[in-house]
Amino acid sequence: MPFIDLNLQQLQSKLAGGEFSSRELTRAYLDRINATGGSLNSFITICEESAMAAAEAADIRRKKGDAAPLTGIPLAVKDIFNTEGIRTTAGSRILENYVAPYDATAVARLKEQGAVLLGKLNMDEFAMGSSNENSAAGPCRNPWDPSKVPGGSSGGSAAAVAARQAVATLGTDTGGSIRQPAGHCGVVGLKPTYGRVSRYGVIAYASSLDQVGPLARTVGDCALLLQAVAGYDPADSTSVDTPVPDYSAALGEDVRGLKIGLPKEYFIDGLDADVKQAVETAVAVYRDLGAEIVEVSLPHTDYAVACYYLVATAEASSNLARYDGVRYGRRIDNGSGLIDMYCSSRAEGFGDEVKRRIMLGTYALSSGYYDAYYLRAQKVRTLIRDDFNKAFDQVDLLLTPVSPTPAFKLGEKVNDPLQMYLSDIFTIPVNLAGTCAMSVPCGFSGQNLPIGLQLIGRPFGEETLLRAGHAYQQVTEWHLQKAKI
Amino acid sequence: MSSLFEPVIGLEVHVQLTTDTKIFCGCSTEFGRTPNSQTCPVCLGLPGALPVLNRQVVENAIKAGLATNCRIAPRSVFARKNYFYPDLPKGYQISQFELPICEHGWLDIETEGRGPQRIGITRIHMEEDAGKLLHAEGEGGSRVDLNRACTPLLEIVSEPDMRSADEAIAYLKKLHQIVVYLGICDGNLEEGSFRCDANVSVRPRGQEEFGTRAELKNINSFRFIREAIDYEIERQIELIEDGGTVIQETRLFDSDKGTTRSMRGKEEAHDYRYFPDPDLLPLTVAPEWVERVRTELPELPEAKLARYQQELGLKPYDAEVLTADRKVAEYFEACLARHDNPKLCANWVQGDIQRKLNETGLAVNAIPVTPELLAGLLKRIDDKSISSNIAKQVFELIWESGKDADTIIEEKGLKQVTDSGAIEALVDEVLANCQPQVEQYRSGQTKVLGFMVGQVMKASRGKANPQLVNELLRKKLD
Ligand SMILES: [Zn+2]
Repeated sequence: MPFIDLNLQQLQSKLAGGEFSSRELTRAYLDRINATGGSLNSFITICEESAMAAAEAADIRRKKGDAAPLTGIPLAVKDIFNTEGIRTTAGSRILENYVAPYDATAVARLKEQGAVLLGKLNMDEFAMGSSNENSAAGPCRNPWDPSKVPGGSSGGSAAAVAARQAVATLGTDTGGSIRQPAGHCGVVGLKPTYGRVSRYGVIAYASSLDQVGPLARTVGDCALLLQAVAGYDPADSTSVDTPVPDYSAALGEDVRGLKIGLPKEYFIDGLDADVKQAVETAVAVYRDLGAEIVEVSLPHTDYAVACYYLVATAEASSNLARYDGVRYGRRIDNGSGLIDMYCSSRAEGFGDEVKRRIMLGTYALSSGYYDAYYLRAQKVRTLIRDDFNKAFDQVDLLLTPVSPTPAFKLGEKVNDPLQMYLSDIFTIPVNLAGTCAMSVPCGFSGQNLPIGLQLIGRPFGEETLLRAGHAYQQVTEWHLQKAKI
Repeated sequence: MSSLFEPVIGLEVHVQLTTDTKIFCGCSTEFGRTPNSQTCPVCLGLPGALPVLNRQVVENAIKAGLATNCRIAPRSVFARKNYFYPDLPKGYQISQFELPICEHGWLDIETEGRGPQRIGITRIHMEEDAGKLLHAEGEGGSRVDLNRACTPLLEIVSEPDMRSADEAIAYLKKLHQIVVYLGICDGNLEEGSFRCDANVSVRPRGQEEFGTRAELKNINSFRFIREAIDYEIERQIELIEDGGTVIQETRLFDSDKGTTRSMRGKEEAHDYRYFPDPDLLPLTVAPEWVERVRTELPELPEAKLARYQQELGLKPYDAEVLTADRKVAEYFEACLARHDNPKLCANWVQGDIQRKLNETGLAVNAIPVTPELLAGLLKRIDDKSISSNIAKQVFELIWESGKDADTIIEEKGLKQVTDSGAIEALVDEVLANCQPQVEQYRSGQTKVLGFMVGQVMKASRGKANPQLVNELLRKKLD
């Protein structure tokens, strides 16, 4: 079996057994990226030199006998993670040449283990988008069908895993930005509970919603990557100081007796027939595995998208104020004064969707509108969180589709932001509630596009998610299908 | 000033806290270092950096709140104040808005005009400072120094309870004294450690409703604050009397001209779009924390002043001079702890020590005569080893050499002569040389005794015990 078809668990044991070196492995991945990356446009930056150096260091470390679980494993991260000495663009023109002087905590934790960073992955600008079309680096394409979007905003993170350009990647999820592209690309994507992984060094879109998580081909691999990055970070006041369990240990248990809820508000008329059927088949699999399936209700689901686009844009309007051309990033200064410099730098530096959201958010926070929009959205958010809490009084997990449809065509929704926003209708409530969820491949559409099912767990219930996802992958083969690229 | 109008003044004071590190990162707060040398991703506002609250800042805010009779909020919230300016790296300032850490406090002041008044304190909140713009001569453009960015400030907002510049100054001085006493601010007005904005309006006497106010900024001394407020009151009254109306605006004080001028254009009605900062959790302050801080509070000036008068028996003036500066009070108390004579200690500290401080410009904790050395000197005065006059000489010698009083008295042979045999010899000598005075004394002009005492003292080069001299002379003359 070629290197690139092995999963992370298999790479670990073969590296440990000395079957091949990290240098050979890294070379193989870089070759794969160079051969297929261009057409997919999954990478914004490829770190050929530093990756080979890291692989060499990993091999030496292994020889010395102090290898960590991820030593020598080639990975890639969304271009929203700051990486010391390597360009970090957030998919934006305003940061097109920005090189950070420090590593994000998640990246630092991977580096401590001796993981190899292959490069920085394509994304919607500042993580704002559901198709990866809002990228200054150009759109990323879906490995299953290059005419389709990979989803977004972590489009590159999902596409790279599906195209076997990296065994696993890190993305961020603010309203579905890990789970939706994972679903569209036929890979596993986990959004941990808010506070589980440090946000320090992750370029902020919406601070109260953003969360770092892994993407990989198997649930087991996601567990391994999550293990490496999870845990309290004193540099992030919103990270939670609660012990990190052994996620791989959770994989061994079966799902017999597990109570799985199907929220009725998520099985709506507009749901694509293929998606509906794939998810219903998955429900049957769980029933066969001994899980108990019940219907539950999340009554405030309808308000989630509106609530999200107020909370997220309000925070974004403030988070993106620092891109003013004064200290770093793109500056357009034609000598006609400070205000003009601000306006020109931001007008040329930001794309349309980012500008749209900054304007929305600015409006929502404006004096006279604050109560009606921002404050009201916060109240709705509380109601949505309560919905989930009540549901979790009855069940251990929720099961839903990830997206209402499989991947759509490039350009299809670019001029219809509302339609685009609705593609996150099933993922957004989870971020508002702050809990954890995972996208797992569960079938293909008539057009041979992947379909994902979403498992939603209690806050800090990642173990249950992983256990249920792994059990499913033990009896299904959707995750073993390969995109022909 | 027209008595038809009553001024109404409220003050907003920014107190820069003397913590070692900044409010949301670990950078040093030291003043005067190379531009941008005390910065990190957080205070530079780099992408992805996040704030972490410095607990010491919270503790200092609690101290300020308790010392100004505020209620300490068990839960307060940091908010973002959004505006663009090149010295503001994130495009927003982290401050507190709806839920500040301290509210509903007060300070008592007293002035000649209205006598004792209680000035309400609306709120105290924590926030980060901005950086500084440097405009280099001839270079064109501006430079930004972010060393000051993210340094901790307390904003202390008073109620509009003051009615004259006198009251404003009394309030400010009291507040200044308190934050310096608490050890949370160095109190340096020129360096901007204690900055004041004044909201000034006037209204016809007897009118309940406030007039339109102007906000005066950029005032960096007590004198300028007085000038700015007085000028502004006068300006507003004249404006109204001339049929004009005061507009709500920010005005800058020009210390060269002693006037205020409008900042309009730059400071248009801002919408700061405050909202809770999602990067920081709401701050909870447990009652135990507040109680611990309360027990650790130093004795505040007001309490000290009362104690010095009631327990130590000092005169009001002396007590006030000694308590004006916490360091001087501490010096006094350290001296008193070693020599329990409050009046003598007080005299020396506010006399010779204060004179030396004025002459040398030294801080009281940096002078060569430590409280121990001064106490050693005072002991010798009280046990009559030396006279007060000799003590002045000894004091100068201690200042110069750093040696203790006993060593100097010993080395210079300055110990008072109490051997009556030796003094008697001197007395006899003086009596022999002063026949006319002896006659005068015996004829009832007893005042000349003083002259003869002086002569004996002179003959002893000051070392004779004056009381003993007195006794011996009387014995021989009567
Ligand atoms: Zn700093």
